[in-house]
Amino acid sequence: MRVNLTVNGSPATVDDVWEGESLLYVLRERMGLPGSKNACEQGECGSCTVYLDGVPACACLVAAGQAEGREVRTVEGLAEGDRLDAVQEAFVEAGAVQCGFCTPGLVVQSHDLIERVPDPSDAEIREALAGNLCRCTGYEKIMDAVRLAARRKATR
Amino acid sequence: MAVPVKSPGRVAAPGGGGVGESPLRPDGALKVAGEFAYASDLWMDGMLWGSTLRSPHARARIVALNIGPALALPGVRAVLTSDDVPGKKYFGIDHTEDQPVLAIGEVRHQGEPVALVAADHPETARRAVELIDVEWDVLEPITDARAVVADPGLHRVQQRGGIVRYQPVRVGSVERGREEAEVVVTGDYEVGIQDQAFLGPEAGLAVPAEDGGLDLYVATQWIHNDLKQIAPCLGLRDDQVHMTMAGVGGAFGGREDLSMQIHAGMLALHTGRPVKMSYNRYESFFGHVHRHPALMRYEYGAKRDGTLVYADVEIILDGGAYTSSTMNVVGNAASLGVGPYEIPHIKIDAYGVYTNNPPCGAMRGFGAVQACFAYESMMDRLAEACGIGPVEVRHRNAVAQGSVLANGQVIDSPAPLAEMLERLEAMPLPGVADLTDLRNLPGGASQTTHGEGVVRGIGYGVGLKNICFSEGFDDLSTARVRLEVIGGEPTALVHTAAAEVGQGLVTLKAQIARTELGIERVVIAPADNRVGDAGSSSASRQSYMTGGAVKTACEAVRARVLDLAGARFGLDDLTLLGGSVVSRAQGAVATLAEVLGDAVVEETREYHHRPTQPMDPATGQGNSHTQLALCVHRAVVDVDVDLGLVKVVELAAVQDVGKILNRLSLEGQIHGGSAQGLGLAVMEEIVVQDGLVRNPSFTDYLIPTILDMPPMRLDILENPDPNAPYGLRGAGEPPTLSSTPAIVAAVRDATGKALTRVPVRPEHIVA
Repeated sequence: MRVNLTVNGSPATVDDVWEGESLLYVLRERMGLPGSKNACEQGECGSCTVYLDGVPACACLVAAGQAEGREVRTVEGLAEGDRLDAVQEAFVEAGAVQCGFCTPGLVVQSHDLIERVPDPSDAEIREALAGNLCRCTGYEKIMDAVRLAARRKATR
Repeated sequence: MAVPVKSPGRVAAPGGGGVGESPLRPDGALKVAGEFAYASDLWMDGMLWGSTLRSPHARARIVALNIGPALALPGVRAVLTSDDVPGKKYFGIDHTEDQPVLAIGEVRHQGEPVALVAADHPETARRAVELIDVEWDVLEPITDARAVVADPGLHRVQQRGGIVRYQPVRVGSVERGREEAEVVVTGDYEVGIQDQAFLGPEAGLAVPAEDGGLDLYVATQWIHNDLKQIAPCLGLRDDQVHMTMAGVGGAFGGREDLSMQIHAGMLALHTGRPVKMSYNRYESFFGHVHRHPALMRYEYGAKRDGTLVYADVEIILDGGAYTSSTMNVVGNAASLGVGPYEIPHIKIDAYGVYTNNPPCGAMRGFGAVQACFAYESMMDRLAEACGIGPVEVRHRNAVAQGSVLANGQVIDSPAPLAEMLERLEAMPLPGVADLTDLRNLPGGASQTTHGEGVVRGIGYGVGLKNICFSEGFDDLSTARVRLEVIGGEPTALVHTAAAEVGQGLVTLKAQIARTELGIERVVIAPADNRVGDAGSSSASRQSYMTGGAVKTACEAVRARVLDLAGARFGLDDLTLLGGSVVSRAQGAVATLAEVLGDAVVEETREYHHRPTQPMDPATGQGNSHTQLALCVHRAVVDVDVDLGLVKVVELAAVQDVGKILNRLSLEGQIHGGSAQGLGLAVMEEIVVQDGLVRNPSFTDYLIPTILDMPPMRLDILENPDPNAPYGLRGAGEPPTLSSTPAIVAAVRDATGKALTRVPVRPEHIVA
């Protein structure tokens, strides 16, 4: 089948999509956007989190056909040119990145949190990121990164 | 040479930052932007997708296998079985070679690979796998590790037999200890199977090479050990397999054994096309070895004041059907079986056995984790029997520099356990839970309590871990460092085969090059086998070993540069600092760029740690470890004693790392290691019934989320080890040991339950 969607601001048409494919598969294997990650492919780990019409969603749980006519923003679409988003910068600076496989999903989810709640409490950060598994960091540096990003965004 | 899209490339280390600072990760910007090339991201024009048929049974004979229906499916390019393995049909880590590349007539664990498919689309490959027709003769699996120890001959999973390794430890006389002891405590302990649960699935890309060999891009922990196993099975020479490290999405031991490497290679050689394999999470649970489950019986005797007199210990580790690294896991469990305590009379019997349970091998902590849960539980039991506190009993028996460990080894560098315990106990405690926000309580947003039935507990844990490879293994790493002027600036290229698995070795290599060469700009080459062996990213060893190799190679480069400068300026008191050649007497004499000119100075060095000895097969005695590391934890928990729900409120840790090379990375290791210990304490277990895994998904195998992991307090000590580069002590594993027993002790403190098995489940608490 053919799927028409907007990805990171650009309209795209993808052909020869098998009906059983997920949005994650289409992004990764058909559109050259492997930033969204394939850690569990069953909606448990959050590593494939993308914005779907402005709302975070696990791309692995969205059938490709469901993305027809919709707007998708992936981790690759957060930076402005070479300038990383404040959340991305903060993740590197705070030491929130180790293996980094969970990072794209956490970055998108944190980006959304700070958009909605510019000055989140620790409890709000933990609740917002509860669906994103990280196996390396023990989450302490991720907490630091989100706090840092929120401070940075507030002063920009 | 054809190169995949998104292939691993060189990374420039941004900014400055030498040893002791915390510069940004060179791969950090790529990772946050989604641009970092992980193994599952590799892509190549015309590539096929590989998939694996795995055994649904724990033990069965293959009566008949028909690949016809799979081959007939449109889009399928190859279906291969053990008959198609081009070279050796068996492989194994540690030279054991008892694991078939694909099953030969028989399967010995659920998930054992039986056949391979390559197809145009991954779903086609999966469907073809389902079409392979296998007639099974299902056999009764051998699953009782204790029965195997009792009668190995009767329980032979494979030719090698029932017991992988039996390692006794004998010190003094336990009989005499029994006469001297005034207090005796006993305990039976059990550790369930823990999974590494790295997030990046096993994946890679195999590409037929122009020389008839293979380009292999994989996420592994040890390129050269992979190569030794892969090439013979593919019927290729080592120099025909060109290995490049693809981005690794976590490892924790689970990538030390091979997964898809030989399989993708077979499919690529057979089809003449690039072949990608990428497991999904279900398959990943069967695609790698796990942490050994353990059955442990402990008996301790002590004086009435808590001073230990004897230990009588039995540890049984279930390795599953193949040898993997069980030999070394048993060695660790035996030599570290009573932890960092002085005990005059010791008897330890440690066994690793073959069963048809899931295969087990390396995981962070490697044999020391299981024993640590038992010996720390025993220390608490002893404290209770003697009527003293948990810190006091540990303090009373703590090792120090000069103490003798169970293997007879004298600790010859600082081991300030007593001080660490004092500092841990002195750390402030968290306040009571704020009941106005129910998220602070066990059960959290599920609102299972408003504070009623919630009891606080505090517990302590101590762990001792060997660093680097032990028991006489010639442990080495290799580094190549090239210094030249690029764009007017002296630039070092650092090339090793060491696996960056997330731990931050890539950052550290650049830090070392900056410190040793007095420069700013460092580029890190991708890891591959065009440089010598680096050993595994395991055993907390890469800062020590590859760090040592990079340091040594840099020193050799520096010596050559200073020779050049010395000849030119007639000075012999030169050093490199801040991009200049500096004379101690005269100050800066020239910039490094001027001295180098067009010269390219390149040196390759191998680094070995001081040799270790095997353990005596009858007594376990021998200087089997080159370095030992301590970490201590205090856990504070709130337990809903009515529902058995646990909330870990805070973890505090004190660790001696010898020298802090990069505080940011180091703290991340301690946090992450502690979190994996928390997982083992209260949630993580591969549940097995009759050899079959009941929970191979992240829905049913739970790892800690950001709601489960509490804030941490850290106190990091720097007592240098004079034998190690910069005085450092490996740091990745020790926190994984001690957080588990600390948390369980805290839950015991809150509930009064014995809790002899991890993970602790609600039913253990409410029972």
